[in-house]
Amino acid sequence: MNTQILLALILSGTIGAIAGYLGSLMLSKRMALMGGALGHLTLPGVALALLYDFDVSVGATLFLAFGVLLIWLLEQKTRLHLEALTAVVFSTSLATAFLFLPKEEIDIALLGDVSQITSTTVLVTVIISIALFFTVKKIYSSMVLASISSDLAQTSGVNLKLNNALYLICIAVTVALGVRIVGGLMTAALLAIPACTAKNISKNLSQYTIISTIAGGLACMLGVIAYAISDVPAGPLIIIASALLFLISVFKRQKS
Amino acid sequence: MVNEQQVLTVKNLQIAYEDHPIINDLSFTVKKRDILVFLGPNGAGKTTLLRALQNLLPYQGTVSWNAQKISYLPPQEFLQRQNLPPLNIEEFYAFKTSDSNVIKSMIADVGLDESLLSHQFSELSTGQFQRILIGWALLDSPDVLILDEPTSGIDLGGEETIYSLLHKFWQKQNLTILLVTHDLNIVWEYATQVICLNQQQVCMGTPDEVLTPEQLKKLYGTGIKFYKHQHR
Repeated sequence: MNTQILLALILSGTIGAIAGYLGSLMLSKRMALMGGALGHLTLPGVALALLYDFDVSVGATLFLAFGVLLIWLLEQKTRLHLEALTAVVFSTSLATAFLFLPKEEIDIALLGDVSQITSTTVLVTVIISIALFFTVKKIYSSMVLASISSDLAQTSGVNLKLNNALYLICIAVTVALGVRIVGGLMTAALLAIPACTAKNISKNLSQYTIISTIAGGLACMLGVIAYAISDVPAGPLIIIASALLFLISVFKRQKS
Repeated sequence: MVNEQQVLTVKNLQIAYEDHPIINDLSFTVKKRDILVFLGPNGAGKTTLLRALQNLLPYQGTVSWNAQKISYLPPQEFLQRQNLPPLNIEEFYAFKTSDSNVIKSMIADVGLDESLLSHQFSELSTGQFQRILIGWALLDSPDVLILDEPTSGIDLGGEETIYSLLHKFWQKQNLTILLVTHDLNIVWEYATQVICLNQQQVCMGTPDEVLTPEQLKKLYGTGIKFYKHQHR
């Protein structure tokens, strides 16, 4: 097998799996579209990275950090909901990205690119993903409890603000990683679809988190395999593979 | 000086929402093993008070607890049963204890079948859900149980079952209960103390002292009548 494809498979599988795991919480917090908004936030950073030839995930992370900080500051200063502020900031950042995104690089920014992955990138991504997994695993049950009732969680000793901040940071990092493989427009799907697939066929929370993680990783790997065969950009293929897994879960649910 | 028999001391409590006063200058104490019921019309500040007592809302004044462990069951509108991850009851209880024998024993104590442990919240009736929550609240043996309208949305039979259950736990464990309810029969049957609340304390005393036409009129503003039977 081509080394480049092998690296793409490992990288995409890892990012897909961690996005699936984190996304399983996002669904319960009714934040499914937040990943998309954060994906748009990365675009100016991706544009700068493509313009000045540095790693797109680094550019994405910098702009995500700036965007999340801006949303947080606006939330403190206004009475607007997080979702409303995110909409304001993400559409502005999308518009800003198109001001200086090189025309010939638009596809890469919007659809992702798995053709030039180095082993260092894969190694760093795997390490970051493991760190993300253990961070979220630690707060997972508290976050589920908070989705039942924030009062119930707080009176059980859960530090809601700290957990939410930690979770948002983890989502932001996952989005920054995901932008590389699916671009800035489709990161919501990377987070939301595996969780929807898992919810259709899971009987309990353990199954749900495991299936969501596997569905995320599997969809990304199938997308990369399809890319290797067809040479169509991997980003859309990954999302289509994820949607197909979701459809299978719908049929399986109807059968049972 | 802390009175060992007092579980809660509240002094000059004031709660406001954006300069709009909700509770004005409220002071009271709760003794160990009390079943204290907060009675009052909608908008009287009962839920706000319970939340402030647990630091879920900012307040002015003093709230001083003399308890190791306090469990709280929020009102139905503060609880989400749909659109949750597929969490089953056993996993929910496992947030508090990993001992499956304790979990099985609790589900039996709240009068439910063990088979319900594999069910999700969305598959339960309101009464079953509320009993599951009571079991969850009692799982780590609290000193104090705070409940906000635990039977809203439950029929009369189910309501009686829930309160008998709470009474059973109150008798069995060294429990103090703070409760919001609109049901005067429950107040009469189970409460040891009652605080009538309408943004401030309207009256306080035993059910005998409080459930009088005069006090109820003062509290609700209309001629509510309550017939006391002597076979309590």
